[in-house]
Amino acid sequence: MAVTDSLSRAATVLATVLLLSFGSVAASHIEVCTSRFWFNYRHVANTLSVYRSVKRLGIPDSHIVLMLADDMACNPRNPKPATVFSHKNMELNVYGDDVEVDYRSYEVTVENFLRVLTGRIPPSTPRSKRLLSDDRSNILIYMTGHGGNGFLKFQDSEEITNIELADAFEQMWQKRRYNELLFIIDTCQGASMYERFYSPNIMALASSQVGEDSLSHQPDPAIGVHLMDRYTFYVLEFLEEINPASQTNMNDLFQVCPKSLCVSTPGHRTDLFQRDPKNVLITDFFGSVRKVEITTETIKLQQDSEIMESSYKEDQMDEKLMEPLKYAEQLPVAQIIHQKPKLKDWHPPGGFILGLWALIIMVFFKTYGIKHMKFIF
Amino acid sequence: MGLLSDPVRRRALARLVLRLNAPLCVLSYVAGIAWFLALVFPPLTQRTYMSENAMGSTMVEEQFAGGDRARAFARDFAAHRKKSGALPVAWLERTMRSVGLEVYTQSFSRKLPFPDETHERYMVSGTNVYGILRAPRAASTESLVLTVPCGSDSTNSQAVGLLLALAAHFRGQIYWAKDIVFLVTEHDLLGTEAWLEAYHDVNVTGMQSSPLQGRAGAIQAAVALELSSDVVTSLDVAVEGLNGQLPNLDLLNLFQTFCQKGGLLCTLQGKLQPEDWTSLDGPLQGLQTLLLMVLRQASGRPHGSHGLFLRYRVEALTLRGINSFRQYKYDLVAVGKALEGMFRKLNHLLERLHQSFFLYLLPGLSRFVSIGLYMPAVGFLLLVLGLKALELWMQLHEAGMGLEEPGGAPGPSVPLPPSQGVGLASLVAPLLISQAMGLALYVLPVLGQHVATQHFPVAEAEAVVLTLLAIYAAGLALPHNTHRPLSYRVVSTQAPDRGWMALKLVALIYLALQLGCIALTNFSLGFLLATTMVPTAALAKPHGPRTLYAALLVLTSPAATLLGSLFLWRELQEAPLSLAEGWQLFLAALAQGVLEHHTYGALLFPLLSLGLYPCWLLFWNVLFWK
Repeated sequence: MAVTDSLSRAATVLATVLLLSFGSVAASHIEVCTSRFWFNYRHVANTLSVYRSVKRLGIPDSHIVLMLADDMACNPRNPKPATVFSHKNMELNVYGDDVEVDYRSYEVTVENFLRVLTGRIPPSTPRSKRLLSDDRSNILIYMTGHGGNGFLKFQDSEEITNIELADAFEQMWQKRRYNELLFIIDTCQGASMYERFYSPNIMALASSQVGEDSLSHQPDPAIGVHLMDRYTFYVLEFLEEINPASQTNMNDLFQVCPKSLCVSTPGHRTDLFQRDPKNVLITDFFGSVRKVEITTETIKLQQDSEIMESSYKEDQMDEKLMEPLKYAEQLPVAQIIHQKPKLKDWHPPGGFILGLWALIIMVFFKTYGIKHMKFIF
Repeated sequence: MGLLSDPVRRRALARLVLRLNAPLCVLSYVAGIAWFLALVFPPLTQRTYMSENAMGSTMVEEQFAGGDRARAFARDFAAHRKKSGALPVAWLERTMRSVGLEVYTQSFSRKLPFPDETHERYMVSGTNVYGILRAPRAASTESLVLTVPCGSDSTNSQAVGLLLALAAHFRGQIYWAKDIVFLVTEHDLLGTEAWLEAYHDVNVTGMQSSPLQGRAGAIQAAVALELSSDVVTSLDVAVEGLNGQLPNLDLLNLFQTFCQKGGLLCTLQGKLQPEDWTSLDGPLQGLQTLLLMVLRQASGRPHGSHGLFLRYRVEALTLRGINSFRQYKYDLVAVGKALEGMFRKLNHLLERLHQSFFLYLLPGLSRFVSIGLYMPAVGFLLLVLGLKALELWMQLHEAGMGLEEPGGAPGPSVPLPPSQGVGLASLVAPLLISQAMGLALYVLPVLGQHVATQHFPVAEAEAVVLTLLAIYAAGLALPHNTHRPLSYRVVSTQAPDRGWMALKLVALIYLALQLGCIALTNFSLGFLLATTMVPTAALAKPHGPRTLYAALLVLTSPAATLLGSLFLWRELQEAPLSLAEGWQLFLAALAQGVLEHHTYGALLFPLLSLGLYPCWLLFWNVLFWK
C-alpha cells in the first residue's frame, strides 16, 4: 500500500513537472554558410563558431540545422586537415569531433533553405534535415556569406532576395512555425536583408548597413586565409561569457561590435517584436533553457479528464514571463510598418527605343527628302 | 534627292573631302604618334591591381630555408655538367628521386633548317628531365610548372640547384592542391618546345620527341627561372612571348607583390621602376621601358622559356637573376622565398587566370596600359591609309564622271567607262609579280642554301642571309620590267594617271588590312610598321621629287625598319651600337628570324616576306610608274 502510495505520489509529481513544461519554449536554430571556395574559409569558420556556442549553451543537434556550402576542413589546401580555426595562432578549432552538418556542399541552395524554413519538404527527408518547430519555438537564423543590397549570394550561382526571405517568414508565421524569430546576418550590406520583413515577432541583427562592407578580422599567416569576420568574432566573444543561467538581454547584444571595432555599423530591427528587447534574455534564443518551476503542490491524478483541463488553466495563470499570442487578434502589421511607396525615378528612354525612333525618323526623311525638315522646325 | 545620290551635292562633298584630305592625314598621323607618347602619362596608365579573388590579399609566411642545399646542388650540377659536356641526366634523375619526386625523362631531336652559327649546331638532340610532385589529397587534374632551361651558353646551375632545393621543401608540405612539375630542359628553348608538344600531344614544329611517360594534369601556370650566380642584385622579369603573346597580367601582379613583400629589387626590361609619376622624370623613364617592351613584343621572339608556354594558353613568366655591381645582394633563400610564396598563391587558384588583362603594355612594373586605351594610336595611323584610299577613289570617280558630263544628262548611276575595266586587269600583273617575289623571299633562302654554298665560299647560315638580302634588293629592280607592257594598254589620254592611282588604291587597302590584322594580335608590330610605312605609302606617287620619295621608301621598308629598331633597342638599353656592329647584329637577327620560324613557328618572317614585302613592292611600283 505504502509502495503504491509513494509510487502514485511520484507519478503525480512527475506529471506536474511534465505538465508545466507544456508552457515553456524550445529553441531551434538554422545556421547557414552560403559561400564556397577556399578563400571564403572565414564564412565556414563564422558559422561553425556560432554552432559551437549554441551547442555549448545546451541546444542539441536535433534542434540545429547546419548548412555549410563547402568543406574547408578537408580541402586539399588546408595545411591542418580536419580542422577549421577561428582564432589566429590556431587557438580554437571549431570543427571538433561532434560537428553534424545537415546540408553540405551543393545541397545548400536557396530552394533547400526555403523548404527548410517553410516545411515544404518531401516526406523522405530525414528528421535531421528538417526544422522541427512549432508555435512555441523560438528560432535563431544565422546567415553569412557574400551579400549586396537586397540579396545574399548562394554558392556563386544564385541569390536569395530580401523579399523572398520576408515572404518565407510570413509563410512560417501563417503556418505557426515559430513563436519568436531572431535573424542574424553577417554579410556586406546586411541591413538590406531585414528591411522587408513584415511578419510579427521578428528581431533582426545585421553586421553592416546598406552601402557598407562587412570586413574580415584576422588573416592567419600559416593557413593563408582570413579566419573570421569582425562582427561574428565580437558576437562570439560576447557569447563566450554567456552561460545557461545568464540574465543578459538583447540590448547588450545590440551593443556588440561598435563602429570603432567593426568598421561597419551594425544594425538591428525590433519594431516587429512584441516584447521590449531589454526583457528578452539571450538564452531565450541561444540557449535551450526550459523554464521549469518546481512546485510542492500535488495533484492527484484520476481517470477523470476534467481535472486535466483545470490544471492546464492554472498553469496559464502562473505564467507571467511570456504572454502567449492569440491568433484571433492579429497584429495590425500595416500600421506598424510605415512603408511609403517608393517614387519611381524617371529614366530617359532606353537605347532600343531611341534607336527605333531614330530609324523611323531617318526613313521618313530619306523617303521624303530633307527639305521637309524646314516644315517641322 | 538625298545627300549622297544627288550628283551636284556629291561633287561638292567630294571636293570638300579632297581639299581637306592632306591636312586631315597629317593631323591623324600626328595624333597617332602623340597618343602613343601620351600612354605613359597618368590618366592613360593605371596602377596594377590583383584581379583574381582567389589570390587575394592574405600573405603566408614563407618557410624556405634551403639556401645551403641549393648551393650544394648547384655545385654538383655544374661539376657533372662540365664533366659530361651535356646535361647530366643520370645525376639529375638520382637527385630528383632522392628529393622525393616521380622522375621521368624525354629525349628529343631536331634537324635545324640550316646550321645555327651562334650556337654551332645543326642536328640537335637532347634529353629533358622532369619530376612530378603529386598533390597529396587532390586528384591530379591541374598542375603548376617550375622550369629551368639549360643550354650550352647559359648553364643556369644555380637555378637548377634552387629548383631541387625548392622541390625538397615543397615535398614536405601537405597543402598542395595541384601537382607541381619540376622541369629541366636541354638546349634551352628547343627542349622546352619538345616537352610542351609531347605534353599536349601536338606536333606543330616538326620536332621528333619521345612520348612522355608521366603526366600531371592541365597546366595552370608556369615559372621559368634563370640564375647563374650565387647572389643576385636584382630579379628581371620577362613577359613577352612568342609572336608577341603576353601572360595574364595577374601573374605579373603576383610577382610584383612578392617583390614588395620580400624587399627584392625587381626590374622590367632591365630598368628600375620610377617612383615618381607626377613629375616628368617618371613618365620619361616609363617611355623608355614602354618602347623596349614594344620592340621586344614586335620581334615576336620568345624571350625565355615562358614564351613557348603561352601558345598553349598557360600563363608563364621568366625570372632572371642579374648580378651587377650593386652593394646590396640577395641570396638564393630570398629568391626561393619569393618563388615559394608565388607557388603557394597559385595553389589557391580554382580556375585559370582570366580575371585580369591579356593584352596590355607596361611602362613600369606597377603600371600598365590596357588595350582599350592604346588601340586608338594604331587606329589613327590606319585612318591615314583609309583617308588616302578614299581620296584616290574619289579622284578616280571624278575622272570617270568628267568623261560622262559633256555626253548627256547625269543618270542615277554612273556606268563604268571601258578604260576602267582595262585598268583593273592591268593591276593583276603587278600584284602577282610582287606576291611571287614575296614567295621567293620566303622559300628560296632555305631551299637554295646548298646551291649557294657550292658556288660561293660562305657557310650555310651566311648563305641564307645573303640570299634573303639579294632577293630583297632584286625586288627593287622590278618596276623597269613590269609596266612596259602596261604602257600599251593605257587607253584614254584624259586620265593618264588612272593606272597608278588604281594600283595605289589597291596597295593602300592591302596595307591597311594587313596592318589592321597584325595590330589586333600583336599591337607592337602593327604600330611599329604603321609608323614607318604609312607616311611613305601615303606619299608615294610618280610625280614629284622621285629620288627623295625613293630614298624615303627604301628607308621605311620592312628590312630598314628592322635595322632601325635594332639600333633603337640597343640605344634604349644604354649599349649603343656602331654601324659595323649594327650591321652584324642585323644579319644575325635575320638568320634568327628564319630559324625561329622553322623551329618554334614564329610568324615575323612569313608576315614580312609574304605579306608586307609584296605590299611595299607595290608602292615601289607606283613610285616608278611611267
